[in-house]
Amino acid sequence: MTKQQANWSPYDFNGGTCVAVAGADYCVIAADTRMSTGYNILTRDYSKICKLAEKSLLASSGFQADVRALQKHLEARHLIYQHQHNKQMSCPAMAQLLSNTLYYKRFFPYYAFNVLGGLDTEGKGCVFTYDAVGSYEKVGYSAQGSGAKLITPFLDNQLKSPSPLLLPVQDAVTPLSEAEAIDLVKTAFASATERDIYTGDNLEIVVLNKEGLRRDYMDLRKD
Amino acid sequence: MTNAKFEAPPKGGFSFDLCKRNEMLLNKGLKAPGFLKTGTTIVGLIFQDGVILGADTRATEGPIVADKNCEKIHYMAPNIYCCGAGTAADTEAVTDMVSSQLKLHRYHTGRESRVVTSLTLLKTHLFRYQGYVSAALVLGGVDITGPHLHTIYPHGSTDTLPFATMGSGSLAAMSVFESKFREGLSKEEGIKLVCEAISSGIFNDLGSGSNVDVCVITKGNVEYLRNHVEPNPRTYTSAKGCTFTKPTEVLSTKVSLREKKAEVNEGGDAMEE
Repeated sequence: MTKQQANWSPYDFNGGTCVAVAGADYCVIAADTRMSTGYNILTRDYSKICKLAEKSLLASSGFQADVRALQKHLEARHLIYQHQHNKQMSCPAMAQLLSNTLYYKRFFPYYAFNVLGGLDTEGKGCVFTYDAVGSYEKVGYSAQGSGAKLITPFLDNQLKSPSPLLLPVQDAVTPLSEAEAIDLVKTAFASATERDIYTGDNLEIVVLNKEGLRRDYMDLRKD
Repeated sequence: MTNAKFEAPPKGGFSFDLCKRNEMLLNKGLKAPGFLKTGTTIVGLIFQDGVILGADTRATEGPIVADKNCEKIHYMAPNIYCCGAGTAADTEAVTDMVSSQLKLHRYHTGRESRVVTSLTLLKTHLFRYQGYVSAALVLGGVDITGPHLHTIYPHGSTDTLPFATMGSGSLAAMSVFESKFREGLSKEEGIKLVCEAISSGIFNDLGSGSNVDVCVITKGNVEYLRNHVEPNPRTYTSAKGCTFTKPTEVLSTKVSLREKKAEVNEGGDAMEE
């Protein structure tokens, strides 16, 4: 008898791309709404953006079952935080919480690639980018997911960010206006959809600014 | 000690010498170069006056779209065309090779090529290579014996069918054919059904995409409708366009002649250690 072995994987990859751009007084968080597995589309209308607190939004690609579990965990932790402190968690605090949560599962990770976008306590845009096990960095813009390798160089070219090693610490926010940033994100997604088979269908754009939160949608290629 | 005299002389047949080596290299971590795979939807059907072939135009390399508008309906003979799915190089090479053999055969016989002839040439080639030439084909044409449609699998097996689909989008396309195909379709109905089947592949299979190519073959006539439907235009273009934030710096515009060739030293010491 041949040796029996585990040929089952607990993970899947559901594709999708997430982008966040931080500005002086706004933050743009965007993701496509396609969820797929292999060569199949599971749904064309799945939101990858989750509102965790009043001023922090999490966009995640990877394995959506893990992503959902992670979101529910963070929501529960945020509820406890609200009961204990009688206030909303700030975006930088949520960033640290997310990192800790991911690292807690260091040897059986959440298969999730996250971008956390929001406004800090001064109302300035901030973006935090993660790997699957909780390494994170505060940046001015970031792309994660299947189209990240197509979008990141484009954003690097258009929005040159200062080196994180420079002293004194340079502000990472982009110099663009809110409308320009949205335009850039739309262009990036339209281009990524041309070449990445896992990105497409619709684009969900969430804008956070001092007026509050605004949701926009744009069509992407559906093939 | 050699026991060469006990070995039987080679009698021909297949040589699998390299299989063991390749397996060993693979186990040692050799990464074979990736090829362009046309994760594809290709279809064909027989209608009242002949055959209609259809294909999408996306070529992929893993998750990346390598070509947004490639041609998957290949020429075989003036009255025979062939859709290809699988490794792009294989489908192209195999159809070109057989197309050339068919032309020589036509010069030799002075008759129009038959679809079964190209079918036999394709399947013998594919069988010889035991599935390593990864070409999955839909072959269609009209010859002296009427319209014909065949599918050919990479290992060399073939089917003869009134309607056929192949590639990663074959299930999506076949679901359309199975629900709507009937015998004796008109040309317009046939083209419409083929487009619908390909579109089903384009939208529901991630390996297929972009445009619909159609080829209508009737007795004594071929209509190759390249990009018959273009259902996937770009969805957004920035009004102000995108420019490089810093323009490329011009270092020099001076053009100078190349220097004279260095003279060859004919001396004998050039090769000395």
